[in-house]
This record gives sequence, C-alpha cells and structure tokens, in this order.
Amino acid sequence: MKTIDIKKILIDKALVIVLLFMIIGIIIIEPSFLQWRVFTDIITQSAVKMICALGLMFPLLIGGTDLAGGRQVGLAAVLIASLSQMADYSNRFWPNLPELPIILPIFIALLAVALIGAVNGFMISKLKMAPFIATFGMSTIVYGINCLYFSKKPNNSQPIGGIREDLRFLSSYKLFGQISLLVVIAIVALVIVWFVLNKTVFGKNIYIVGGNAEAAKVSGVNVNKVIISVFIIESCLVGLAGIMEVARTGGANSSYGNAYEFDAISSCVVGGVSLSGGIGRVSGAAIGVIIFTFISYGLAFIGVNANWQLVIKGIIICSAVALDMRKNA
Amino acid sequence: MEEYRLKMSNISKSFPGVKALDKVQLEVRPGSVHALIGENGAGKSTLMKCLFGLYHQEEGEIALDGKNVDITDPNTALKLGISMIHQELNPIPYRNVVDNIWVGRFVKKGVIVDEEKMKTMTEELLRDLEFDIPLETLAKNLSVSQLQAIEIAKAVSYDAKVIIMDEPTSSLTVAETKHLFKIINRLKSEGRSIIYISHKMEEIFEVADEITIMRDGQYVGKWAIGDITIDEVIRQMVGRDMEERFPPAEDTIQKEVLLKVEDFTSAEEHSFEHISFELHKGEILGIGGLVGAQRTELVEAIFGLRKISSGELTMSGAKIKNQTPQDAIKNKFALLTEERRATGIIPMLSVWDNTLVVAYRKLADNILGVIRKKKIGKKVNDVCKELDVRMAGTDTLIKNLSGGNQQKVLVGRWLLSDCDILILDEPTRGVDVGAKYEIYKIMRDLVRRGKAIIMVSSEMPELLGMSDKILIMCEGKLSGILDKTEANQVEVMKYATMFSNKAKEEVSE
Repeated sequence: MKTIDIKKILIDKALVIVLLFMIIGIIIIEPSFLQWRVFTDIITQSAVKMICALGLMFPLLIGGTDLAGGRQVGLAAVLIASLSQMADYSNRFWPNLPELPIILPIFIALLAVALIGAVNGFMISKLKMAPFIATFGMSTIVYGINCLYFSKKPNNSQPIGGIREDLRFLSSYKLFGQISLLVVIAIVALVIVWFVLNKTVFGKNIYIVGGNAEAAKVSGVNVNKVIISVFIIESCLVGLAGIMEVARTGGANSSYGNAYEFDAISSCVVGGVSLSGGIGRVSGAAIGVIIFTFISYGLAFIGVNANWQLVIKGIIICSAVALDMRKNA
Repeated sequence: MEEYRLKMSNISKSFPGVKALDKVQLEVRPGSVHALIGENGAGKSTLMKCLFGLYHQEEGEIALDGKNVDITDPNTALKLGISMIHQELNPIPYRNVVDNIWVGRFVKKGVIVDEEKMKTMTEELLRDLEFDIPLETLAKNLSVSQLQAIEIAKAVSYDAKVIIMDEPTSSLTVAETKHLFKIINRLKSEGRSIIYISHKMEEIFEVADEITIMRDGQYVGKWAIGDITIDEVIRQMVGRDMEERFPPAEDTIQKEVLLKVEDFTSAEEHSFEHISFELHKGEILGIGGLVGAQRTELVEAIFGLRKISSGELTMSGAKIKNQTPQDAIKNKFALLTEERRATGIIPMLSVWDNTLVVAYRKLADNILGVIRKKKIGKKVNDVCKELDVRMAGTDTLIKNLSGGNQQKVLVGRWLLSDCDILILDEPTRGVDVGAKYEIYKIMRDLVRRGKAIIMVSSEMPELLGMSDKILIMCEGKLSGILDKTEANQVEVMKYATMFSNKAKEEVSE
C-alpha cells in the first residue's frame, strides 16, 4: 500500500518537485543565488503577486475566473495615484485637489473595484453568463474607463508621479531594515484569507458552491449571494494589489496590472487550485506564487534570455493544467 | 390538530409547450407515509419541486398545518420544515461526510465554523440511524449507497415535519431498503409525514399508508393502501389495463453463436475475472448479481470502455478485439449505459441529434461528411415512430422527455448505427411501468429480427421475465448460467451469493 501512496504523492506534487529541482539547478549554476538579499528581493516581489493570487483564488474556487483582474489592478492604481500626489508636485492630475487623508483615496479606489466585482458577480450569478466571457468583456470595459480617466486634461495620458510619502512608506519603510510593509500586508492577507476560507461558513460555502452548485442550492445555500460576494472580495484584493503597486513604484499609468490575472491563475494552478472549482488550499496558492517568483528571478539571475523565460513559464502553466486534469480524472 | 399536515390544492404549472401540472391536489396526514405514484412524466417530481420551492406554481395553494404558505426557494421550504431526499444524488465531491450533511446550516461559534460540534452531531446522527460511514471520507470516495444514506441522514437531520423521498431506494440493496423502512417507521411514529415516491410497487405496499396517483399531470385519486391492489394502482397509473408485465416470450433463438466471450479478466484489481459465455443470435442473455458483482464493469469491458488483462472475443467465428468503443461500434456492438443522464443523453441537444450521435458519420456518407437533412430525416422519423417515442417533434430537447422516452431514443440511436449485439445496462432504471413494457416489447422485437441482447439487470422480475438465459455473477466471478426453464428467484439468489459470506448475510437478513 505504501508504494501506491508514494506514487499518488508524486503525481499530486509532481510540479512542485520539478520546480524545486529547477531552483536547485539554478543554485548549482550560480551559487551566489543563495544569499539573504536575493531572498528578501524575492519575497518583496512576491507580495503584490501574492495578493493577486489570493484574490483570483476566490473565483477559481467556485469554478469561475476573472479575466478583468489585472485591469482592476490598473484602475485601482491610477485612481489612488491620481488622488494621492504631493501638493507641491509640478504635474498634478487634479491640480487644485488638497492633500486628502490617505485613507480616502484608498477607500475610493477599493470602492470602485468592488463595484466592478459586484457587476461581475451579477453577470455570472443572475444573468448566468459564463465567467470567462463575462469577465473578458469586463476587462475591456475597465481598461477603457481607466484610459478615459487617465487621458483627462491636464494629465493627457502621462504617467502619474509624485506619490505622497504616507503611501510610499508601505514600500520604503523596512521592518528590521530588511522587509518592507508590503510583505507584511501580504502575510496578513494570507492569514485572513486562510481564516475566511477554512473557518467561516462563507468560506465553506465557497468550496461547496464550487463543488456542486446544485447541491448547495437545494441545501438552502444562497448561491447567487456567494458568487457575488466572491467577486467583490476578489476585486478588493486585486484593488489592494494596485494600491501596493503604486506604493512600490511610486507612480502609475493605465497599463499597470496588465495580465496580472494570468500570473495569479498560473500560481494558483501550480499550487493545486483546481480550475474546475471546489478544490484548492491557500497554502498551495502561496507556494505557487513563491515558486513562480523564484523561477523567474532565478532564470534572470543566471542570465537566461527573457524570451526563453516566457517559453519556460508557458510550459510550466500547461503542465500544471495537464496535471490538474489528471488529478480530477 | 388539523386533519392534514400538508394540503396542496389546485396546483398548476406549465413549461413551454407542456402543461406539467393541471389542478393537482395532494393531502398528507401527520404521522403517515403517503406514496405518490405515476408514470414518468406524470408530474410527481414537478409537484414535489413546487413544494420544495425549486419551481413556483402558477396556480393553486399550499397549506402547512392549515396555514397557507408561499414557498419561493428551497431555503424557505427547509425553514418551514419541509426537507427532501432528491432523486439525483448530489454530493459535493471534495468535501467530507460532515460538510455534505450540514451544508447550508453550518454550526458557528462566533464567526468560526464549529467543526468539533458538527462532527459530534454527525456522529450522533449516523449512530442514531445506524449508518456506518467514516466522517472524514470525501464524498467522491463513497459508494452510491453510502451517498444515498447520507442524503437520508441529511433529510432526517432537518427535523422536518414533511420529508419528501424521491426514489430513495433506487441504489439501495434489499437489506439497505429494509433499514430505510425501519427509519421511515420511526419518523412516522414521531408524527412526521413522509411523501414517498417510487416505482417499486412492492415497496409502496410495504411502507405506505395512503397513496395518491397522478397521470399526465393530473390528479387521478387518493386511496388508503388497504383499499387498493397493485393491479388497480397500475391500471390507474397507466389509464388502461395492463394484463401482462412482460410481453410473451417467443422462440427466437437461432443456432448460430454470434458472440463467444472467453476468459474475460479485468485489468483492474477486485473486478471481474475468468468470465466465459456464448450468445446466440436472437437471444436475450440476462446478467444478474448483487450490487458490486462487477456486471457493469464486465459489459463495459466487452464494449471496449475498460481494459482487460486477458480474454478473447469471437464474433460469428472470427476473432475480434474491442479495445476502444470505436472498435466495438465497428464490430456492431451497442451499449446503453447504466447512467442514462450521465453517460447516455446529451440533455441540451434535440432528439434528432441524440438519435444520430453514433450514426452521423455513417449516414453522412460523402467525403466531407455533409449532413443531408432530408435523407437522414426519414430514418430518424422512422426509428422514432417504430420505437413509439412520444414527443412534440424530433427538434424537442431530449431533456424534456420522460425517462422512458429518453431510453427509447437511446435505443434508436443504436438501431440507426446498425448494431447486431445490444448491451443494455439496467434498461428500465427510473422508467415507469407503462414505458417499461414498451421497452420490453422493443427488446423482443429486436431479437425476433436476429439481433442479440445482453441485459444487465438488478430487478429480479425483469431478469426472470425477459432473459432466455441468465448469467449470474458474484464478486467478479461467474457463479452460474441458468436456462430460463430452471431459473427462479431462489436459484438466482443462490448463485448471486455463492462466493460471499457478506452477501449471504445480507440476503438472509
């Protein structure tokens, strides 16, 4: 019996094992990869991706997806950047706007994306649209709105800069001089999402709706409410990622966040979140994000051509999905 | 106390083109089992869905304990004290037993789900009902009868006043059915009302107190169970006399051996092994056995759906191999699967498309595979007429047909493919009495035309009434082949339990 179990574990974790080997390979080629500085770099880079992956995990768990995820990152970024510029910055988006308490721009940005999430949820639950196509349409709409706002006079589609220090310190302030607050936010979000998914009725209902929506309905679960909530939460998380991107880069433009949802979905799948819904753990999504960042950082570190990096990433994603299908066969 | 716990009156409900319910009534007393009977398509399930809030009736009233209620969704129904065991088992595959039972009403401690308490509650519930199922097992790893047990436990745990049981025994063994009846009797003594839907007359007469019969979406009548006989029930259901449950046997068996199966052994462990038999032209070979005897696995292997580690097929003297269903179809085999909804019909397609799934490529016999509707259309119409499929037209979606008519369409699908050997796995499961007889008639007609049929069946009367020869399996082994002249219920059961002590216990219970 024991041998069978090992085989099953190997299939279940095949990808993680292969990726770990790749990391070991990178270390052998370039031993200097093993240094504290590389590690802090990687976890800092992971922070924003982690939030996106946690967000996308919600629709994936109900068997859906959100192709507008990345564009919502972009919208939240542009919104918050335009509302939290320094008063004495020369090129202000709203020239006459006083410096608002920082919580207000954050609130506005999150509210905007939450609304988008609610519409996504409405289309998918009440209008019974396929998540793929509904959110694809939404991604175009969001990008369009973002560009309209971004091209407003006097900004005329110029990158927004001059972000205030009380937002930037999320990235610039280093805990113990090493770890930025972005990482702390990601860890806190990780814990909260884990708690919600594993310990609350709402979380359990997400898995149940993803596993068998019909059964959930006849058991008295308000399936539509679960779906709409899932998309609102996801939007808020990717919105938060947008805010963190602004803190990290000190600016924003309308192309921020483009295709982030694909990275997030890939990380989730590599971490064992099933695209068919109902299966997936927070720890899996987190491991997926970290492995992905390790690999892309590592490949660049040993000087692999950027185009080859794309090819390798694509192979990883396809293998992950193929394994996912096998597991659920 | 009101005379009736539940009173549904003048309920009407239409679907596009169909009046599913026409002023139907149902009156259920407290502390009683009320059987609801009718052919498939008679509207029983629709009526129950109105009661459970899955549909909303256009006309009519529902009163619980004398008070009118408006049931808009399942949640309302559950809150009013109506729970339901659904005909379709609906497990959440990757969740454990506890979650599957308490979905929709998890116990909370603050904002946290109280797993420990739910576990204890489940333990108590299952112990109370004498079900032995490990709590942590994921639903996808449970057997069908365990899933059924969980559905039963779940429905009971709602502490409901009215419990709807829609074919609760369809996947239970004899012993498990007895167990269910014990539970039903206890619920009854606690004053709960049970609405019991089943096609199995014997069961109904064993467990029910009253019976309401429906036909074609209309109310036929209500009887106390002592005031009516099985024959009368069937007559009221079908609306005509049913002299016979099976068409008369004919001597259609020809000398020629059409198929020889030798030493068939599954590639999987704990499945069938060393099965050999012969099938003549014009013969109906029944395959009997208990649940788990690997009958479905055997016929699916013959059809190339499952792998074998050894075994040979000889068809009309020539060796053949069915490694894939495509091979099997080329060799003129046909298979009607056990799970009609899961692996048979394509619900969102029309009768037309469903009939032609197998034969499309053959009938569109030009290089490009262009479908010429006129040419093919006649064949589809002919076969539907021949099998007496009742529908508005071939463009009706198959999901809107009753189970019996769906099954006829599936038979038609294989007739168009020009098969010689028809494998029927539980051909009348979930099919009502009237349509059953028609399917039997079709089977007789097919063997008369020289085709051969292998029929897997768990229904003893069907096995005895239709088979020319009965092959009986027990735990994957061939335990005996009986000729119809020597077959009877006792003999079949003897062979079905031959190798198994566990199975024996079950029968002797």
